[in-house]
Amino acid sequence: MALPETLVAEFDRMVQKYPERRSALIPAIHRCQEELGGWVSPETMEDLAAYFGLEPVDVYGVVTFYPMFRTKPPGKHVVSVCHNISCDLRGAEGILAKVCEVTGAKVGGTSADGKFTVERVECQGACANAPMFDLDGVYHEDLDDAKVAKILGGLQ
Amino acid sequence: MSPHPTYLLDRARLADSHTLKVARENGAYAAFEKILNDKPDPKEVTEVVKTSGLRGRGGAGFPTGLKWSFMPDASKDSRPRYMAVNADESEPGTCKDRVLLREDPHGLLEGCLIAGYAMGLDAVYIYVRGEYRLPYRRMQDAIDEARAAGLIGKNILGKGFDLEIHMHQGAGAYICGEETGLMESLEGKRGHPRPKPPFPAGFGLWGKPTTVNNVESIFNVPFIMTHGAAWFRGFGTEKSPGNFLCGISGHVAKPGVYEVPLGITAREILEQYAGGVWKGRKLKGWFPGGSSTGIVPADLIDTPMDHDSIKGIGSMFGTGAMIMLDETACVVRASEVLARFYDHESCGQCSQCREGTQWLNQIFHRIENGQGTMADVDLLESLSRGMTPGKTICALSDAAAIPTLAVIKHFRDEIVEHIHKGCCPLKGGSGRAPAADRTEVHA
Ligand SMILES: Cc1cc2nc3c(=O)[nH]c(=O)nc-3n(C[C@H](O)[C@H](O)[C@H](O)COP(=O)(O)O)c2cc1C
Ligand code: SF4
Ligand code: FES
Repeated sequence: MALPETLVAEFDRMVQKYPERRSALIPAIHRCQEELGGWVSPETMEDLAAYFGLEPVDVYGVVTFYPMFRTKPPGKHVVSVCHNISCDLRGAEGILAKVCEVTGAKVGGTSADGKFTVERVECQGACANAPMFDLDGVYHEDLDDAKVAKILGGLQ
Repeated sequence: MSPHPTYLLDRARLADSHTLKVARENGAYAAFEKILNDKPDPKEVTEVVKTSGLRGRGGAGFPTGLKWSFMPDASKDSRPRYMAVNADESEPGTCKDRVLLREDPHGLLEGCLIAGYAMGLDAVYIYVRGEYRLPYRRMQDAIDEARAAGLIGKNILGKGFDLEIHMHQGAGAYICGEETGLMESLEGKRGHPRPKPPFPAGFGLWGKPTTVNNVESIFNVPFIMTHGAAWFRGFGTEKSPGNFLCGISGHVAKPGVYEVPLGITAREILEQYAGGVWKGRKLKGWFPGGSSTGIVPADLIDTPMDHDSIKGIGSMFGTGAMIMLDETACVVRASEVLARFYDHESCGQCSQCREGTQWLNQIFHRIENGQGTMADVDLLESLSRGMTPGKTICALSDAAAIPTLAVIKHFRDEIVEHIHKGCCPLKGGSGRAPAADRTEVHA
């Protein structure tokens, strides 16, 4: 498999920002994950390695270092619940339990219908609006059980 | 509402403050344009920042002007030179830079332009943590708008000054907020901090002279240039001048990001801004400046929030992010949450940190779950002493060890009570469910 042409065109522009092409690797992995099913497959890593003139193992080393990158396909929606201190103090564990209840997913897993992946994440920098989660790249803050049910219950 | 004069967030409060039009109508880029017109010696600009006494807002409180002056003399060193703006903002409790990126991106860009002039930079990279999608978009839109208006790029405003400003997206690793980890990450690698020396000013991004500054540090610069160093020193204390953005979170009635002068007491922030401890409860303890600064007990709440005063009570000012724990909170649980975090985020290069954070995590976990022994308290202490100070490549190891020593110093009784009772005496007190699915400790 090769990378889609539109992505390659984007990468060609991205590498211009830096004196060394490799600097665009992490933003490029983000774009692949966004466009190619929410994860970074072994084939994508090989394609990225070819594009950047790296060994696949170099790309693998980067992908696995950064918590935002996935090496397994997630559900249709990803709920990332912050469990760090400010959120914990304001009931993050309860929010997480509610998220699991509404989505039918276990923490770190995907619901049987493939609709939701639920995960714990470290501080998201929204501590003054704790507790919070990120849903498909959008923050939802100052959560309580009712809000969680409303946000996730209506999702297709 | 604020009893103290403000400047940092004044523009951010206006509707559409993130657009070039609103920003410019309200003073953005005026200080930079004046510099382009007057063409002062770049060293003079650095000198003003030095005289202002501005200290870095990223955690270490290092004087910003002094840091700029470490960049090699351009007449003797012709290599390209860079600045990386640290917008990784991942220190638990810290949520202030996000407000600036999102609500006043042009203010930050103006700071970058002035820094670019002062240090003769070729390019500035703004490294934003990957999760900050809206702030990233706002910054990128602001760059595009500023570029179209001739404020970024070649021959800016026709005055013969060039500077590129680029956005860069991280991918969720706390260690990439450490300045050398950030540089590795910006080079497309794993965020493994580099041993120092060499220092970034001599060997930074791609081996070239580089300065790393926090968002809020750079954001202060246009105000200093507009009103002068003496004006800036009218805010805050002699050794810690200026206002700062205090993110206050945890058990308070009105958590938020408030602009206050350095040297204001922690009590005034808690009571006058954050509405006091929530639910009419009493305070038990508080972290003065993010999770890496040691917890202090409630009776130190009258301490002024500035670098020296907080150091005086055995903690650190850090990022100025206050995390408040009420009387029902469990300090062992809080320590467990943080130990888990540092264990997860250690990059693993140094054995003291890699092994130490893992041990601290396991020990706090077993004490919180009623399986601790008295020997564990000594073990926490001796492990922590092996992790700090300055024993590792970067300060993450210290960031895990120092709060551990602090919690033992101030809350030993509560830890011992866990051990004697064989359970958490406060479980459920702050309304949380036990973490049954707790992620396994990883190797
Ligand atoms: C583990 C670790 C994480 C850090 N994270 C951040 C961060 O997210 N943002 C930041 O500005 N500084 C962070 N720092 C501090 C930076 O290393 C550096 O001191 C700072 O960006 C310098 O900017 P300043 O002088 O303007 O404060 C971190 C340091 C350590 C040791
Ligand atoms: S102190 Fe920890 S985080 Fe820092 S370089 Fe060493 S192992 Fe990595
Ligand atoms: S602790 Fe949850 S966002 Fe910071």
